[in-house]
Amino acid sequence: MQATTLKYQSQAVAKYYFVAALLLFTGQIVFGLTLGLQYIIGDFATPYVYFNQARMVHTNLLIVWLLFGFMGAAYYLIPEEAETELYSPKLAIMLFWIFLAAGALTVVGYLTVPYAKLAEWTGNDLLNTMGREFLEQPLPTKLGIVVVALAFLFNITMTVLKGRKTSIALVLLMGLWGLALMFLFSFVNPSNLVRDKMYWWFVVHLWVEGTWELILGSLLAFVLVKTTGVDREVIDKWLYVIIALALVTGILGTGHHFFFIGTPGYWQWIGSIFSAMEPIPFFAMTMFAFNMVQRRRREHPNQAAVLWAVGCSVMGFLGAGLWGFIHTLSPVNYYTHGTQVTAAHGHLAFYGAYVMVVLAIISYAMPMLRGREANSRRAQNIEMWGFWAMTLSMGVMVLALTGAGILQVWLQRMPTENAMSFMNTQDQLNFFYWIRLGGGVGFLLGLVTHLYSFFAGPGKELQTA
Amino acid sequence: MNQVKSSGFTKQMARNMFYGGTVFFILVFVGLIFDSERRIPQRSNAQEITPAVVRGKHIWETRNCIGCHTLLGEGAYFAPELGNVYKRRGPDFIKAWIAAQPTGTPGRRQMPQFNLSNEQLNDLVEFLKWTGNINTEKWPPNIEG
Repeated sequence: MQATTLKYQSQAVAKYYFVAALLLFTGQIVFGLTLGLQYIIGDFATPYVYFNQARMVHTNLLIVWLLFGFMGAAYYLIPEEAETELYSPKLAIMLFWIFLAAGALTVVGYLTVPYAKLAEWTGNDLLNTMGREFLEQPLPTKLGIVVVALAFLFNITMTVLKGRKTSIALVLLMGLWGLALMFLFSFVNPSNLVRDKMYWWFVVHLWVEGTWELILGSLLAFVLVKTTGVDREVIDKWLYVIIALALVTGILGTGHHFFFIGTPGYWQWIGSIFSAMEPIPFFAMTMFAFNMVQRRRREHPNQAAVLWAVGCSVMGFLGAGLWGFIHTLSPVNYYTHGTQVTAAHGHLAFYGAYVMVVLAIISYAMPMLRGREANSRRAQNIEMWGFWAMTLSMGVMVLALTGAGILQVWLQRMPTENAMSFMNTQDQLNFFYWIRLGGGVGFLLGLVTHLYSFFAGPGKELQTA
Repeated sequence: MNQVKSSGFTKQMARNMFYGGTVFFILVFVGLIFDSERRIPQRSNAQEITPAVVRGKHIWETRNCIGCHTLLGEGAYFAPELGNVYKRRGPDFIKAWIAAQPTGTPGRRQMPQFNLSNEQLNDLVEFLKWTGNINTEKWPPNIEG
């Protein structure tokens, strides 16, 4: 295989980010398994690690490694799109170590210090921001995220400003700036719980069903441009249609979180109607990926990356689109709100849309970063085994959680009299929780296979040749 | 179908749809948020947010209760909904329960011991009592949460 070098040397900084992303991803799954076990064997790992600690680590690692993935993707993609070297590779490396250290310290803090002490030591009394789902980070970590995000955005924006301005780069920039902007609402924590919850969703919903979809769309478009060779005009048009649909439905779709938290009743109509349309952009994404692959003008040697990209478009539709839709209408959500149905949707949506798009860009870029256009056939085969093992295992987990959720609704939510209590209901769900744990173990095996593919050589047939 | 697309619908039109649609729906959203802000004080009985309720919310947050429980259906799904726990169990039970943790029953889910003072327990109960009176459009469907 001929040696390929990067078009722009500064793209190499992406490698740091991708490696860190994969390592943190592995940590996330290990803690996920701990949680899955605690669902069945309640006192597992206590008093060393309580459920709330493991869950913080599980969800926060997810967010952090996806952010690493997005940043790595931007550092790889922006120079190539802008056709110029990164504004400052040094800054990118420096930010990498700052972000990694801050993330690691935060996780260590979660696991070794009682949360109330952590809050006390890190100045939570100056500005209460902790103790809200996904935003559990201590104040210094949150401030660190803002500083890193701003410096990162400065770096890539300056790069785009001095170079070519493609639609893909512009959409990615808008998504990343939006991400940083919405994160500022994590500092808003009114003492009125209803207002607290309302602004909390400005971060959470307007990330995953807003700004992140711009990032998702642009990364997917980039991988498809590169691997299919389809004309940019066509790809850009699809990209704009997809993100237009995403924000037109997703912004008012925020209302599907405002049904039962004290916000006005009209949100039930607005939230139901607009969020019911949120699957449309995801369906468009599926059409987009298949269409582009069908109309490909070249056979890219990296077929694993194409598999991840197409897989992402399908699983994103199933997880974010279909599994979102099943409980998004307010009369349905009245019964499913806060049950295992929500957990099922959360897992498949994050995996299908965001985990898979980051793995797609890593799959495409990593070989280049290591000096070759694509990995050997054997390494790609192993990677594809990882793809299927992870994706099918996630499917098992999600079906199990959906089953658990339906039974939970039936026993605990539907009866108007003598409904079963929460804990008694949980005892009835053990069958599903075991299957979910099995899916989790399968997922870890898939991930290990995936990681192994990075080290797999070309195999016998090429070594002897 | 592709024929129609390439002849009639251009990239520029798609881009304008994106910018126009986004700006329009942001404005509608902001308007609705302002209206919600106007109505929330009454829907949440904001006049009853006493210093004890505020302190109780602080306890709720700094003990990471949301890491296991849901509150108005949001949080983790590992432990019972607490938005209506005041009505379901009453103040004395809540305080006694928190003080008795962890139960140590083999195989059962365990809640940590937070070593809360009596005053802190009272504040937490005040917060949960206030939360229970928020107008949640009749959610949850029954007392079990």
